[in-house]
Amino acid sequence: MNLLHRKKHLEPGTKRVLVPFTRGGLDQSVLDAAIRIARAEEATLVPAYLIVTPYEFALDAPMSQQVAAAMPLLEAVENAALKAGVPVDARVESGRTPIHGLKRLWGVENFDRIIVPAPQGGPGFTPKDLLWILMHAPAETVLLRPHTNGESPAASDETLGAKVETA
Amino acid sequence: MRGHYRILLGMAPGVGKTYRMLQEGRQAKAEGRDVVIGYLEPHDRPETAALADGFESVPRLRASHGALELEEMDTEAIIRRGPGLALVDELAHTDAPGLRHEKRYEDIEDVIAAGIDVISTVNIQHLESLNDSIFEVTGVRVRETFPDRILDEADEVVLVDLSPEALQERLRAGKVYRRERAQAALNNFFRIENLGALRELALRELAEDVEQRRRPILLDPLSQQAVAERVLAMVEPQPKSQRIIRRAWRSAQRLGAEIDAVWVKQPGHVPTQEEATQLAALKRLSSILGVHFLEEEGDDLVGTVKRVADDRGSTYIFVGTPDERRRVEILRGSLLSRMVRELPGIDVRVVTDRALREVLDE
Repeated sequence: MNLLHRKKHLEPGTKRVLVPFTRGGLDQSVLDAAIRIARAEEATLVPAYLIVTPYEFALDAPMSQQVAAAMPLLEAVENAALKAGVPVDARVESGRTPIHGLKRLWGVENFDRIIVPAPQGGPGFTPKDLLWILMHAPAETVLLRPHTNGESPAASDETLGAKVETA
Repeated sequence: MRGHYRILLGMAPGVGKTYRMLQEGRQAKAEGRDVVIGYLEPHDRPETAALADGFESVPRLRASHGALELEEMDTEAIIRRGPGLALVDELAHTDAPGLRHEKRYEDIEDVIAAGIDVISTVNIQHLESLNDSIFEVTGVRVRETFPDRILDEADEVVLVDLSPEALQERLRAGKVYRRERAQAALNNFFRIENLGALRELALRELAEDVEQRRRPILLDPLSQQAVAERVLAMVEPQPKSQRIIRRAWRSAQRLGAEIDAVWVKQPGHVPTQEEATQLAALKRLSSILGVHFLEEEGDDLVGTVKRVADDRGSTYIFVGTPDERRRVEILRGSLLSRMVRELPGIDVRVVTDRALREVLDE
């Protein structure tokens, strides 16, 4: 793709596609699918890393350890999307639980579509979280099953989180 | 005269602090010094127990706590015995109620005040100022803590280091806990990511300690102020500013610097709905990262940034790739060249889109 064509592509889309994820990382196959959907819809991809703030801390207290893990992940997701010519508007949101963070985020911003990685038994969303998202999401929700080849998410090289952590 | 205080700091149980303490004791003894064990936690580790063989051990104090019979370090007995060097394990330990002090580090202070040298041990998770970070990393709230001043006041702090993998190996081999307990430990506190984070905290703490000890010799307060780094991120209510703040934060972490973010808006400018959304998102990100977010009004972007940088003592400025029109660039000079010209002594770093580099390479 030449630069001019890509620049044209990177004008912010009018639609916004939210891809929330947690410390479990984001599966490469889910990310690829999210990028394809955003590109097809000429939308802006909003990868959102959800930080869990324990009750001992103020809700917006700086959480340096979690943030340190989030930064390279967001950077990798953002680069993958930009490279594919999809505009990105990344977020870091905190909450008492991942769902609480998600609720806070869509309480202040609008999204046209939400893409959620299916639970894999790792540290990401649980089946209960997923049910809640499907019932309460303010936009059409797409549930994507990660391609794991039977491996657990933490062990899979396909998991972007694992890739970044070991880099 | 006050005794010499040496602390052996570790990232977790099992790295070999007690073993190292005994080795150093043996060395001192071989050099002819009068060495005693003030208190030793053998933790049922045969290697440690073997190394402790041949040392004089000051008898422990027996204390009752409810139905429990506890053994504690007998501070008065150590002071009465008056050795040249006392080896005292686990300085963060909480003493049984009714004893001379609440915490063992207070007992050690008495021993040192009596002119006796002390070598002691502690794990990083007990350091008071790291309590929240440790909880965040491991999910374990450590109850037995010791104040940071103990490390500051010690004559020497030495890191007893072991890679997380080697520590896990020691656990699996039953060298830290009995085998039946080791598996549970490996699945919980001793997970590789926990150990990695704890090791990083221990190394960072020691680096800061070294730095603090060096400073009074090298720098007066004025020059200290001159070398302190402070990062300033120039942002606009646009998606790319998220990346600018993130990159600036990562650099600030590496530099151990405070970080500010500033948005300079035109006087009287009312943000559009889209700008307001972006601004709120930037403020939320700043809050999570511990970044001080500033909103300033000014016609002259560079002049306003210069004022903010002067006020905040900024030494680094992070700025996104400017979207200037060529005509403005020719008439007024580019934003970047104006910044470099008008902000002498401040490093300017342009945050670009790394994916762009890959596209250009293709």
